[in-house]
Amino acid sequence: MECVFGLVGNGFALVVADTSAVSSILVHKSNEDKIMILDSHKLMGTSGEHGDRVQFTEYIQKNVALYQFRNGIPLTTAATANFTRNELATALRKNPYSVNVLLAGYDKETGPSLYYIDYIATFHKIEKGAFGYGSYFSLSMMDRLYHSGMSLEEAVDLVDKCILEIRTRLVVAPPNFVIKIVDKDGAREYAWRESIKDAGVSSA
Amino acid sequence: MARYDRAITVFSPDGHLFQVEYALEAVRKGNAAVGVRGTDTIVLGVEKKSAAKLQDSRSVRKIVNLDNHIALACAGLKADARVLINKARIECQSHRLTVEDPVTVEYITRYIAGLQQKYTQSGGVRPFGLSTLIVGFDPYTGVPSLYQTDPSGTFSAWKANATGRNSNSMREFLEKNYKETSGQETVKLTIRALLEVVESGGKNIEIAVMTREHGLRQLDEAEIDAIVADIEAEKAAAEAAKKGPPKET
Repeated sequence: MECVFGLVGNGFALVVADTSAVSSILVHKSNEDKIMILDSHKLMGTSGEHGDRVQFTEYIQKNVALYQFRNGIPLTTAATANFTRNELATALRKNPYSVNVLLAGYDKETGPSLYYIDYIATFHKIEKGAFGYGSYFSLSMMDRLYHSGMSLEEAVDLVDKCILEIRTRLVVAPPNFVIKIVDKDGAREYAWRESIKDAGVSSA
Repeated sequence: MARYDRAITVFSPDGHLFQVEYALEAVRKGNAAVGVRGTDTIVLGVEKKSAAKLQDSRSVRKIVNLDNHIALACAGLKADARVLINKARIECQSHRLTVEDPVTVEYITRYIAGLQQKYTQSGGVRPFGLSTLIVGFDPYTGVPSLYQTDPSGTFSAWKANATGRNSNSMREFLEKNYKETSGQETVKLTIRALLEVVESGGKNIEIAVMTREHGLRQLDEAEIDAIVADIEAEKAAAEAAKKGPPKET
């Protein structure tokens, strides 16, 4: 029941992901960060098999860093997205990764951008997108309320509406979400939306 | 001796690996490079041969980053350097990927030295014709380090060292004048060592300063010129002081 969604606003892009790590009927933890910061101006929100997710995102992150050391300038978001797709496509018919990716980035020349790359290497450049069962609800909300060039307040309001919809209507809705933003000032965590805080040790 | 330098896997009767020694000769013909370790700053300096008028000097970077906290300068065959630097950069990221830790300076030096050694014990290849100066801060303790490798694959840590052309003069100068320095003093010491063998002026020297907080920073020509002017002024003042006040006759 993993939910990852994202959208592009006026000079920024947001990626939102649930933070539960689940194995069959057991919740391992409710604060798992599924949005990896690839470099100063790129975010990658992912859903799918935990092992594949971690392995794949770390691999992409290190290759993005290597490119920068080799060439003295960072990869563009488009190039990173295409590289990611290529890795998924190459592995697909041998040893596929079960990972869905929403890649958001900010480039000085072209502004914010968002890419939808699913586990069989489907590749789309989009303004809004979502993965998982949650997408039935978040995508519908965004279809109704999104418009291009939204301000940060409007966009976060839309994100909150999507999260509310998921919490209300999805049968095993994840309790907590993390929102990360990328804009001209870089990629960073924006906020958490928690409805269950991991319980501390109870006093004896 | 001609029979013993054809393939490097062959020892000469008196225990030499001639190809390795010839590689060291290539290093001795390369541009001068010097590194100085301070308490909170490490400085690398390289001699810049005067650029051809039509050449874009920015494309000839002689001091490079291997990772955020490690830098390298070298003397010798620059094309060989590209190969080693590329492999080292991959290793830095690979290390981060597998153990989730940045490399230590010693680790990456050992890796580069290991590569250089491999090419002294393989068939049909020649050794890398360069010596490297590797500097960086330990990612956790923050301790600065300076290491040197050479074509034979040996490496060791230094407080200050020089390689390439006229390295002996620079090393002598450093042995005489080295003391624990920090910040700008370390930069000055490096430039003074380079000036022993290089024509003075920002045009002929490339300097990069590495600090814990800011990583590697290349100094631009104006900054170098300013420090060189400082050094000349200090030298002139020292000369004047030595001559002393005129003796009373």
